[in-house]
Amino acid sequence: MISKNLYEHPAQPRAHKKPTVLNTFKRDHQLWIMIFPAIVVIFIFNYIPMYGIQLAFRDYDFSKGLTGGAWRGLFYFRQFFDSYMFADLMKNTVAISLATVILSFPAPIILALLINQVRWKRAKKTLQTTVYLPHFISIVVMVGLLNVLLSPNSGVIGHILSSVGLGDVNLLGSTGTFVPVYVLSEIWQHCGWNSIIYLAALSTVDPQLYDSSKIDGASRWQTIKHVDIPALIPTIIILFVLSMGNVLSTGFEKVFLMQNALNLPVSEVIATYVYKIGIISNQFSYSAAIGLFNTVINFVFLYAMNMIARKSSDISLW
Amino acid sequence: MQLITNSKGKNKTDILFDAVVYLVCLLIFLSIVYPLYFVIIASVSDSTLVSTGQVTIFPKNISFFGYSEIFKDARIWTGYSNTLLYTVLGTAVNLLFTLPAAYVLSRQEFRARRFLMLTFVITLFFNGGLIPTYLLMKDMHMTNTMWVFIIPFCVNVYNLIIARSFFENSIPRELFEAASMDGCTHFKFFLKVALPLSKAVVSVIGLYYLVAHWNDFFTGLIYIRSNNLQPLQIVLRDILLSNQVFSQGAGAGGSAGGYAQQYADQVKYGVIIVSTLPILIVYPFIQKYFDKGVMIGSVKG
Repeated sequence: MISKNLYEHPAQPRAHKKPTVLNTFKRDHQLWIMIFPAIVVIFIFNYIPMYGIQLAFRDYDFSKGLTGGAWRGLFYFRQFFDSYMFADLMKNTVAISLATVILSFPAPIILALLINQVRWKRAKKTLQTTVYLPHFISIVVMVGLLNVLLSPNSGVIGHILSSVGLGDVNLLGSTGTFVPVYVLSEIWQHCGWNSIIYLAALSTVDPQLYDSSKIDGASRWQTIKHVDIPALIPTIIILFVLSMGNVLSTGFEKVFLMQNALNLPVSEVIATYVYKIGIISNQFSYSAAIGLFNTVINFVFLYAMNMIARKSSDISLW
Repeated sequence: MQLITNSKGKNKTDILFDAVVYLVCLLIFLSIVYPLYFVIIASVSDSTLVSTGQVTIFPKNISFFGYSEIFKDARIWTGYSNTLLYTVLGTAVNLLFTLPAAYVLSRQEFRARRFLMLTFVITLFFNGGLIPTYLLMKDMHMTNTMWVFIIPFCVNVYNLIIARSFFENSIPRELFEAASMDGCTHFKFFLKVALPLSKAVVSVIGLYYLVAHWNDFFTGLIYIRSNNLQPLQIVLRDILLSNQVFSQGAGAGGSAGGYAQQYADQVKYGVIIVSTLPILIVYPFIQKYFDKGVMIGSVKG
């Protein structure tokens, strides 16, 4: 098998025409075989449902399938905007996701800066291993933990709170505490994991910068302010833009699992409503329209944030 | 780093700074470890003492009532074995679909590379949403079968990007050129050279997939109706959140209600441990790859 090698070699430039998908197909057919399963799966399960979004503009006709029903235009969108649920759903969704973004976004940055200050290697390693761990707990178990630990009569945190005189609040079943409990537990669970990416960015800081700031007599605090934080800025901007793309999407599962009759006025969000209307009550077109509305708003936010980031800092997703 | 260890005269503010850093770290450490530790001791302590707040640091009046109740409960074992099957088979399929594709996308000479990458990345920002996806699964007769846990979305684009970046950065391009001179094909090169050099990334995305399957609640909720097919997380939901602790329905109330409720909590603590154990067992072996894995993924998104 002496080379009928078609690979471009810098030493011996080829006079051939430009390689294209077609004329390299024979050479690369094994590569095509290797990527084919992934293409098929992504096409079927991601792109066909995108095509099915037109359901939001049509009636659902069981006999004619996903895209065969009569065209209704914006009827289902209007039905949603006019429904009595609309204002509450929007308010709840925005409240939960904004609180989550604003409070849980800075937490991993602070944690990373803190961990980065720990000089004792063993302690640092132990702390990292510990703070990453809750990320792997399932949402069901997480909400279960909240239920048993926060229970006002039998939970350990319930006991601690009642010992400082806050005992009678049912943290899981009241409209005032739903969002704080949701956000704080979100931080507890994912802050450590999300700090990894910042720690990785911090580990790429040139050690000479630390040396020279030391020579200049900078205090530890000044070093953080003038060396560490600037090193994190690009990562912060990218992740912030990405998180704004989720401003109207709360995690369905956690909200759904934390819902109960008592906190429903503040815990019904778009995602849980789509599930109830669509999967439970089979109003497919209506819930598809609500879902699409949600996706569009998210994309608009992502796009706008990306524009702002690009204009103001030259760092952007695209 | 050297300068810091070599510096002889640490001034007072630095010592104070260190003290604050270590104190805050200790508080963070405790705030994560204590709740988890409490669940462990509460699961083996007398439930009356737990519910009246007398168990705080050490287990008291050790009792394994919760665990013996769990071992008797058929629902948990059905859920456990279902989830075990979905996790093992699902992770295998995930890796089988993701790794070769990632290798292909890492090859500079592959002409469709940029176009395919773009079509994959688009799915991160756009999707059909719940309802069209649900109706598609229904049309494909995948609802209420085990395959809905395994085939759909078996290529996670984030994991694909992580693996692709790893192959790109750690397998020198010249290596394949040299091997192909000796008649090595892509198949062979992938299996015999690329994969063995990529244990770190295979472990990391393998763990991500494994945990995702183990913790998957959504798929069961949306697509599965039959109790025999329900994964562990759905059973856990029934026990932990819907309070259907005892399969015979003793927790439902009545005169035995209060009495049963007390024991119900002990079962709940035990169930949390039993269901999370497999992940806790795998975790220490793989966590050393985390920093590496995330770093690779962030090199170029």
